Amino acid sequence: MGTPDSLGMTPLGRKTAETGINFTSTTRFSRGLTFIRTHTLFGQSPARRIIPQTSLLQENADPQKIAFLLRKQWTLYSVTPMYKFSYGNLKEYSRLLSAFVAAEKQKGLAVEVGNDLGIKVTLSALLGLKGTDQDQAAILVQIASRSQLPVENAEDRVVWSGWFCCVSGDDFLENVPEDFTCLSLFLANGAESYTTIVGTWFQKTFDCCFSRLTISPLNLAWMAAMWTGCEVDSHMAATELVFSVPCLPQTLDISYAIHPEDAKALWDTVQKTPGEVTQEEVNLFMDCLYSHFHRHFKIHLSATRLVKVSTSIASAHCDGTIKILHSKHLIGVLMLLTELAISQIQ
Amino acid sequence: MSLVRPFDKLPTLNSAALLLVGTDEKQQQQLAEAILKEKKTFKINIHVATSLPLPAERDHIRPRIDLIAFLINIQSKYSLRNVEASLPHVDANFFLGKVCFLITGVGRMNHCSVEMNAVRKLGNLYCSPVIFCELDSEGIRVATAQRLVRMLQICAGHVPGISALFFSSLMKNSIDE
Repeated sequence: MGTPDSLGMTPLGRKTAETGINFTSTTRFSRGLTFIRTHTLFGQSPARRIIPQTSLLQENADPQKIAFLLRKQWTLYSVTPMYKFSYGNLKEYSRLLSAFVAAEKQKGLAVEVGNDLGIKVTLSALLGLKGTDQDQAAILVQIASRSQLPVENAEDRVVWSGWFCCVSGDDFLENVPEDFTCLSLFLANGAESYTTIVGTWFQKTFDCCFSRLTISPLNLAWMAAMWTGCEVDSHMAATELVFSVPCLPQTLDISYAIHPEDAKALWDTVQKTPGEVTQEEVNLFMDCLYSHFHRHFKIHLSATRLVKVSTSIASAHCDGTIKILHSKHLIGVLMLLTELAISQIQ
Repeated sequence: MSLVRPFDKLPTLNSAALLLVGTDEKQQQQLAEAILKEKKTFKINIHVATSLPLPAERDHIRPRIDLIAFLINIQSKYSLRNVEASLPHVDANFFLGKVCFLITGVGRMNHCSVEMNAVRKLGNLYCSPVIFCELDSEGIRVATAQRLVRMLQICAGHVPGISALFFSSLMKNSIDE
């Protein structure tokens, strides 16, 4: 009597266990899919972006160092998380990187061992470039050549600079294991040879990967709209858009410059909620500019490719170069670039 | 009479007609040549237009259109606007599987000016398949031509047992159910 019962119970028990397994597996599957959907995939851009109103630098920012970052042309790279990077060992890293740079530069030259080529590398922390408290502190790498003059107190000339930062990246970088430091954006200014040497050292030491960050015309249009709307106290430069015309034997570039106050007035009529920008508003802004151009010149700018955007705040080129002009909006620009860098890594 | 209608003309024996609508004429030429090179058992007429409505003067010479493929270049927002302006000139009966959207230029995503959401929304709104391709690449061009020939064969009724209405079942997202 007991045996049929027990036989009867086991398949039932197994059935409920099976349905239990099926239930959890589908929820995990659908949750995984929604995770993919919320993040940018295959050319998608988000429906809306928030512009923080109080995007000022934090108090412990060094104004001189911040001023050093402005008004320079930086080449953009996206960096995967670095393994076992420690902020306490910056001096050690400086020493190792100096030796590496000197060794790379000496390759192929018959130079006496121990001879100082006069290259000095310094790694320092850049304070104040954080969007939220979870962000890692930015790192500045500088290569300076020691002055050859025998004069005392002669200053070293900086030949190359690069800095890592990550501003408000925590929305996208959840579930990063410990031992990994996420400094997803790398900006470099100076000779390409130094950039490759420094990049190779970081890739070898921290097992990360550098890749050039290109900006699509869609994201450039977002930048044009978002930066035109920013308040600038001092002199406003014209908003300039450069388009490249495809399908011609020789390349033709069209430059469209708009008076800054007109551009801002147009954006103010388009934007509905202050502090938030939606894809429809960006499309409407660009369509207004295109139709104005078409009315005067009978050229459809929507059939061309946007390659460069320059506003009073910053200017960006589709090859992945940026120049930031105002310290007040530095955090806002870096936040957008960090988002692009992270979406390229994912 | 500016609408393109699917059933207002008699079909011709063992042949099918495809209409390509898009702003980039060079791409249309490339695709048309690739389709004509394909091995097939029936005659294909390919009509090419930059936008709809088609001119009314030649309407009596035109055969019955079996499949309309709208080409949208992802690098040009103008092509999307052009297709959106042409869609109202297509009779509603066409959207039962005889229309498809061909998105070209996806090999270069860092040049894209059209957002993916707009394209997907267009496909959902008009209940038509959206096919992504890169016509500059030889292999993908041949594969796209093969797909279009197969779709055309079904839309013209040359495959017994399968009609164009089956295409809508291909587009259902099984995760959503």
